[in-house]
Amino acid sequence: MPKEYKTPKLDDLEKGPWPSFVKEIKQAAKNNEMSNDLLAVLERSYDERIGHWKHGGIVGVMGYGGGVIGRYIDIPDEYPNISHFHTMRINQPAGWFYTSEALRSICDIWEKHGSGLTNMHGSTGDIVLLGTTTDELEPTFQDLAHVGFDLGGSGSDVRTPSCCVGEARCEWACYDTMGVCYETTMRYQDELHRPAFPYKWKFKFAGCPNDCVAAKARADISVVGTWRDAIKVDDAEVATYYDNGMDIFNDVVLNCPARCMKFDHESKKLEINNADCRRCMHCINAMPKALRPGDDKGATILIGAKAPIIEGALLSSVLIPFLKMEDEEEREAWYDIMEEIQDIWCEEGKNRERIGEFIQRVGMANFLEAVGVEPIPEMVAYPRDNPYIFFEQDEEEE
Amino acid sequence: MGVFEAEGGIKVEVDEDGFIQDPDVWNEDLAKALAKTEGVEDMDEEHWKLVNYLRNYYQQFGIAPMVRKLCKETGIPLKRVYELFPSGPAKGACKVAGLPKPTGCV
Repeated sequence: MPKEYKTPKLDDLEKGPWPSFVKEIKQAAKNNEMSNDLLAVLERSYDERIGHWKHGGIVGVMGYGGGVIGRYIDIPDEYPNISHFHTMRINQPAGWFYTSEALRSICDIWEKHGSGLTNMHGSTGDIVLLGTTTDELEPTFQDLAHVGFDLGGSGSDVRTPSCCVGEARCEWACYDTMGVCYETTMRYQDELHRPAFPYKWKFKFAGCPNDCVAAKARADISVVGTWRDAIKVDDAEVATYYDNGMDIFNDVVLNCPARCMKFDHESKKLEINNADCRRCMHCINAMPKALRPGDDKGATILIGAKAPIIEGALLSSVLIPFLKMEDEEEREAWYDIMEEIQDIWCEEGKNRERIGEFIQRVGMANFLEAVGVEPIPEMVAYPRDNPYIFFEQDEEEE
Repeated sequence: MGVFEAEGGIKVEVDEDGFIQDPDVWNEDLAKALAKTEGVEDMDEEHWKLVNYLRNYYQQFGIAPMVRKLCKETGIPLKRVYELFPSGPAKGACKVAGLPKPTGCV
């Protein structure tokens, strides 16, 4: 039986109707000394208001430079069971689809080699296996490989690409997110497992502008599904929404950021000026039976988002307004641009400088020129309001 | 903290990950012994080329070079670096070269 610790502060976190990580760790602690010590250290950290995990361990498996995050406690004598508590990131299947057999095999492996605690899934998208020792890393890796799983990315490499469920379950998906995510993952195996970049590089694939993987707020490269023809309107369904009491004028028309819609109460017709539409999805989300994305579907490629770690947060900028994703040639051209960008970033980027920060430093105009992408109005957030920056001296004189 | 012991009376202080704490105690015998802990049985010419480059760079600039620079200036492609040091340039080669543990973001 593991040693019993008193954890009044953690116990408090079990109260209420919500799921609780404390409950889960306690469950694991019944049979696992690591999880048990983990509870004790967490309670102690709440008491002392100090974290006891040291930063910056370097551990890994043979042949790979990423995928394992080293964690050591600063008071190993008091909590010997968690003197090592390394995290392993495992590449998730695209769209997070598993058979229950696959899930069981992961859990069995982790109970054998680690704390048994998992985080399904981490914000990176990976399967996160929490807590093991250096000696168990290689055996865990081998066991996972036998059931078809591989490590994900960590450190200054291509992080495990992730995508929304896309066409597998969602009617709004404008391209096969899972297919492209898998293709990208396979294509970047070297860069994923052997870090050689100035800093991390994240690809995220969202099927529509709802962006369920939150790509454009955090990925270096966001591939967001969109369409370039008109929103499809089913007039009869619009009328039904109206008849059922929906306030179409206030809830849909006035919430349109482009103000590109009109609703006529008499005829119950919704008119959309598609040239002004910003593809924000609001009207479609509000009236899913009446409105649908158009037929000419593809994706917008955005670049340069990041969450605040070293510098502040950045949102993405549009790099390629529209790409036909099912067209292999267009996708190849996109991969070529990615490689061009990575080359320039690797040559000129500073250590720990994300691509968004790099673009900020050198200027978007210079960056686009260097990677050979023509600046066009569709890249600008508000092309009608903002003259932006892309005017060369000689062009102005003309 | 721990102590790394090996044949030939080697006994040096190392951190949890096995990186030596005092860069001044480094010598070639120590490098060979450390290499064995990283899956390198015999240090050949290419191994030494990487290790010496890392040491020189560190002595000059006080930090480890970026991986791309390492490959470019030694002429050894990254794939080959991993063949030489299976645990990679940061964990393997830097440890053998006696550099302080490289810091990186997870």
